[in-house]
Amino acid sequence: MDGGLSPIAATRLGRGASVSLVDLEKRFEGVGAVRGISLEIASGEFLTLLGPSGSGKTTTLMMIAGFETPSGGDIAIDRASVVGVPPHRRNIGMVFQNYALFPHLTVAENIAFPLKQRGVDRGTRAVRVKEALALVRLPGYEARYPRQLSGGQQQRVALARAIVFQPRLLLMDEPLGALDKQLRESLQLEMRRLHADLGITFVYVTHDQEEALTMSDRIAVVNEGRIAQLGAPEALYDRPCDRFVASFLGESNFLTGTVRGMETGVVVAECAGAVLRGVAPQALAAGAAVTLSTRPERMRFADALPAAPGNRLRATVTEAVFAGERCRYLLRAEDGTMLVVKEPSSATTRRRAVGEVAELAWPVADTVVV
Amino acid sequence: MRNRPPLLLLTSLVLLFLALPIVLIAAVSFSSAAYLTFPPPAFGLRWYRAYLGSADWLASTWLSIGVAAATVALATSLGTLAALALGRLPRAARTAAAALILSPLIVPGIVVAIGIYYAFSRWGLIGSPVGLVLAHTCLAVPFVVTSVGASLANFDRRLEQAARSLGATPWGAFRQVTLPLIRPGVLVGALFAFITSFDELIVALFLSGSGAVTLPRRMWDDLRFAIDPTIAAVATLTIAFTALLLGGAHLLRQRALR
Ligand SMILES: Nc1ncnc2c1ncn2[C@@H]1O[C@H](COP(=O)(O)OP(=O)(O)O)[C@@H](O)[C@H]1O
Ligand SMILES: [Mg+2]
Repeated sequence: MDGGLSPIAATRLGRGASVSLVDLEKRFEGVGAVRGISLEIASGEFLTLLGPSGSGKTTTLMMIAGFETPSGGDIAIDRASVVGVPPHRRNIGMVFQNYALFPHLTVAENIAFPLKQRGVDRGTRAVRVKEALALVRLPGYEARYPRQLSGGQQQRVALARAIVFQPRLLLMDEPLGALDKQLRESLQLEMRRLHADLGITFVYVTHDQEEALTMSDRIAVVNEGRIAQLGAPEALYDRPCDRFVASFLGESNFLTGTVRGMETGVVVAECAGAVLRGVAPQALAAGAAVTLSTRPERMRFADALPAAPGNRLRATVTEAVFAGERCRYLLRAEDGTMLVVKEPSSATTRRRAVGEVAELAWPVADTVVV
Repeated sequence: MRNRPPLLLLTSLVLLFLALPIVLIAAVSFSSAAYLTFPPPAFGLRWYRAYLGSADWLASTWLSIGVAAATVALATSLGTLAALALGRLPRAARTAAAALILSPLIVPGIVVAIGIYYAFSRWGLIGSPVGLVLAHTCLAVPFVVTSVGASLANFDRRLEQAARSLGATPWGAFRQVTLPLIRPGVLVGALFAFITSFDELIVALFLSGSGAVTLPRRMWDDLRFAIDPTIAAVATLTIAFTALLLGGAHLLRQRALR
């Protein structure tokens, strides 16, 4: 749908709300679920809270929505603190984990619900419901009951209901969690489109890293109630700040060793019997222990490259799996460290045999200290 | 399958045992005899006419219906609110509060009745419909709390949160989302509240005095002083009425399960 045609889409002129979380904390009976989250979410941004189950994502969202009271810190929407404002006066759209559609109301009545609360008259309600259904590509479903819809359709209705009253902020808690992979992927794209159409701020919660990488402007990786790292998807993927982020967001090879010295922004270290270099955010003292991290698809077999500057490491192939678009190898370095290498498949690349000793090569820029 | 015939026999015996008194009373109520005899010499509507012609019986009937209706209103609202509140309490407090609310089910009726009698006699509530309504409400609230509680157990609290996030006030969310979804439990609770009050004798023995004689109380007095088949007619009508209510409750439950 053309975003310019719909009055709902026209709210983009009003833009999204900005959200700031300041040292936000929540304790349940003394146990910290959220332990000091600070985050500035810009107007119109698509921000994802990504983290494993139990990391405090839902609790954070519930505090923004007003269903949980923070134990400490502050939440401001458009610069005004909302702590103490009841949920129904926050004007925030919310899509719940299981959609939370009202089972006794039709699709139209579900979507009209927020309009009714705001005193919108019946005629206008019907028009807006129709628009909202068109926006989520579910036209003509007004008279159905939620139980007559598939999971994906219920999800769209929940989305329509959450945006029909033109909130400037939309919160979503694992909205695609219950759907199968294919449906999830198509809805991810629709969610992006909707975000672009509406221009409002999205705060999205998921534990699915691929989902986070696909949709977000920025991702806040949450672990044990704190933000482990915040940044654009590429930045997080290429420059994970610690081992947790490196392994939770995508797959990583870790090489541990000792620092030999520094060269402008790059650490030189002895790892797994080789001298390796990696991007270091700050200077490290010689002799200190260090872990370098590299993505499996950034490593290559040296003999397949015309010139391979950067890091080199000898390792023995212990497992070779052909997985269609790529070959996945498991290798053991001389010190026993296990490494994964993903090589794009082509008819001309030579398959490596188990037991073969190979030299791996990869750019220093793709190596980071974690 | 081998067990089927004995099971069938046993079930029939139990049902017969349960139904026999009712059948006997119904049969006697249609008797044409001037006193209680079985089997009746002939059938007629004589005792139904006697009931409808008696100002005392009719006054007691209307009083019982009125007291039961007021009890329904009071017990259903209080019980529903109590069930909602229980769901929000922390576990330990919930157990304690539930035990207190349900205690009229456990404490013997006569003990409750004596307690209520002592309290109410001091407040001048003996022989007053108000006293009966208050006492019956105590007895009926546990039924409402239990049936509404069962409905709430299947109610997803997130629906209420969804309503709030969409702009509903706490009361608006309750009225538009929670109440419609727990309505079957509320209605079943209301029916049980009605029957509890309408059928109640023990408390009525203490509280009716001479000014507020309920139907069960009048039946009791009648049995003690003058046995005539009118009581059989009243009993049959009461049973039919209660059965209708229970049938209604059953239909509601079916609809809730659908
Ligand atoms: N109402 C609650 N009472 C007690 N503990 C809670 C409550 N809600 C969440 N928690 C705890 O807080 C932590 C974070 O939960 P949650 O925010 O739901 O995590 P996530 O959504 O990231 O999976 C978990 O350890 C969870 O058990
Ligand atoms: Mg969660």
